[in-house]
Amino acid sequence: MSAPLVEVSTISRSYSMRSGMFGRATAVHAVDGVSLTIAKGETLGLVGESGSGKSTTGRIVLGLEPPDSGAVRFDAKPMAAPGTAAWRAQRARMQMIFQDPLGALDRRLPVATQIREPLDIHGHGTPAEREERVRELLRAVELTPAHGARYPGALSGGQRQRIVLARALATKPDFLVCDEPVSALDVSIQAQVVNLLCDLQAQLGLTLLFISHDLRVVRQISNVVAVMYLGRIVEIGSADDLFARPEHPYTQALVSASPAPGRRSAGRIVLAGDPPNPAARPQGCAFHPRCPRATARCASEVPALSAVGGDRQVACHLVTGAQTRDAA
Amino acid sequence: MSPLVSIAGLSVAFGGAPVLRGVDLALGKGEAVGLVGESGSGKSVTWLAALGLLPRHAKVSGSVRLDGRELLGAPAAELDRVRGGRIAMIFQDPASALNPVLTIRRQLCEALALHRDLQGEAVKAEAKRLLDLVGIPDAGRRLQAYPHEFSGGQVQRIMIAMALAGNPDLLIADEPTTALDATIQAQILELLSTIRREMSMAMVLISHDLGVVAENCDRVAVMYAGRIVEQAPSNQLFADPVHPYAQGLIGALPPLDGPRRRLTAIPGTVPDPAHMPGGCAFAPRCALAAEPCGLAAPSLALISDDRTVACIRAEASRRALLGIAAE
Ligand SMILES: Nc1ncnc2c1ncn2[C@@H]1O[C@H](COP(=O)(O)OP(=O)(O)OP(=O)(O)O)[C@@H](O)[C@H]1O
Ligand SMILES: Nc1ncnc2c1ncn2[C@@H]1O[C@H](COP(=O)(O)OP(=O)(O)O)[C@@H](O)[C@H]1O
Ligand code: SF4
Ligand code: SF4
Ligand SMILES: [Mg+2]
Ligand SMILES: [Mg+2]
Repeated sequence: MSAPLVEVSTISRSYSMRSGMFGRATAVHAVDGVSLTIAKGETLGLVGESGSGKSTTGRIVLGLEPPDSGAVRFDAKPMAAPGTAAWRAQRARMQMIFQDPLGALDRRLPVATQIREPLDIHGHGTPAEREERVRELLRAVELTPAHGARYPGALSGGQRQRIVLARALATKPDFLVCDEPVSALDVSIQAQVVNLLCDLQAQLGLTLLFISHDLRVVRQISNVVAVMYLGRIVEIGSADDLFARPEHPYTQALVSASPAPGRRSAGRIVLAGDPPNPAARPQGCAFHPRCPRATARCASEVPALSAVGGDRQVACHLVTGAQTRDAA
Repeated sequence: MSPLVSIAGLSVAFGGAPVLRGVDLALGKGEAVGLVGESGSGKSVTWLAALGLLPRHAKVSGSVRLDGRELLGAPAAELDRVRGGRIAMIFQDPASALNPVLTIRRQLCEALALHRDLQGEAVKAEAKRLLDLVGIPDAGRRLQAYPHEFSGGQVQRIMIAMALAGNPDLLIADEPTTALDATIQAQILELLSTIRREMSMAMVLISHDLGVVAENCDRVAVMYAGRIVEQAPSNQLFADPVHPYAQGLIGALPPLDGPRRRLTAIPGTVPDPAHMPGGCAFAPRCALAAEPCGLAAPSLALISDDRTVACIRAEASRRALLGIAAE
């Protein structure tokens, strides 16, 4: 594995939330002690249900929001303080792509103008060079200058997401955080964008943090996958192996819940109970109220994320290493 | 066996733009049929048109028969009895389908009063039974609650309870789990198939998720640009899709196990209903398109006892697929 580009150590972030008009403020632990590293040129996939803290992790990694505790290092240097020149230089090397391309674009401007915007802001090259770069970026995302002249409303969802991607690539970033970038797209269009992202990553040597609730898409694009549940990473490991042999009971349920053509639902693990609520996180292992294998210990003791063999790490009292892996 | 519902030549246009262009589909008693296709292909409009739920400016033609009786143009009173009675529908966004200022009991009892011959305490008992049936814990007490007091998955369960109030013969579930998380989606799908079995109710499951449809339906119909382009038993469609669009959809789905392969993306995008290409609507994106494809829209033709495909090159396409598989 090459040197890490991104190193996240035990970041936490909580928000205070008031329930009802006179309700007491409660702390929502959106992210709680998350550590991960992403090697240069690799993709880390982050999966989990709604509210598990994926986007918050992404925003902290990008420096869009500070962690309450913990730290992020980018290219072996700590993140600079927001607003400083060092911060801007660092930020130009990282970009973010969101789920909703229409929301990310300005409806009143032709899309080529919006691709050029970051070049204008960072004062890259002469105006003519910027125009050429915009044409190059449109080509890179498999669109034409004619598409560039259009307004966002006149493009399809997949085309808009390509424009957002082109704009994110304008300043030649090293690192992209993609938050559900294809979730709003139809399967056939999703495949176009996933292929494009894979190609661009290979050509440009990009490092990606790829956030999605779609296990299939995440496996397709990631080297390493981390599974989050209520603000914590409960399992992390290499993508193919993790989905082939999930160890954590929650990952097992997630993989089993992913519908597959050619398989009937027989034998599926269906979890009882409601989706997790970050404002009322259970004691001990946060998954214990829904876990089919929970024991008394799980309700009181938080399992630590620990190595269980290979490159896999699991946070579960019952998964402790070699013997469980062989049994699987 | 005569079909429960049979749709023939169903066409819908909005302001001159054709969004359904002759849909043919039949459904047997107790059968589960999946409807897949990209957004805008006409999955929802098909059933909104069948049940007379489209806005007045929609131009609807063709035929929709329930047990042989024509529904298109039927008197309003008859349609009212059918909707929620013999055919119930649940929608993708459950929250918007419930009234936020009324308790669940009020809404369930209204649905029961409308479609069932029940009075007084019997209505309340039935409301509680339905909530129990869809797995809402502590149903008796929860009847007093308002929609916002339930989680998304529970709201969808309540929608299912409402749909069951009229003892329907057919349930149309339009993207019933799209807004839900994976583990909750699994719960709802399991609930739907249990109930369907117990009540021997037919179901149309509309989804853009091929996996969801494959696992929960006996038969699948694939829609493209306002038409059904292939229709087959689920296992056959996924093992051996024949229409190039169906092949494309399945190739575009990343595998969850086995070796990774480059996804076979379908190039281009769906045609705009206002500028529908002449001939086969899929031709601009089809790798097998040849000159005759542009001449006339291919109609659904039988390729075996229980499969139909609308592609003039169905044979060639099948061979191409086998060629790929043999590679
Ligand atoms: N600015 C904020 N103020 C208050 N609460 C917040 C804020 N941002 C996030 N949260 C809460 O933190 C928790 C984690 O949110 P986050 O957006 O990271 O989840 P996620 O995993 O990205 O979910 P999704 O799959 O729905 O996008 C949620 O309960 C969310 O409501
Ligand atoms: N009330 C309406 N007025 C105008 N166009 C509509 C209306 N409802 C649906 N359409 C159009 O009909 C087509 C099919 O829509 P729909 O059946 O909702 O697709 P889906 O397959 O995603 O369910 C789309 O092009 C949509 O924009
Ligand atoms: S620690 Fe206990 S509750 Fe948590 S996942 Fe493991 S077995 Fe289940
Ligand atoms: S009729 Fe022609 S264009 Fe249409 S799907 Fe078949 S081969 Fe392709
Ligand atoms: Mg998010
Ligand atoms: Mg729809």
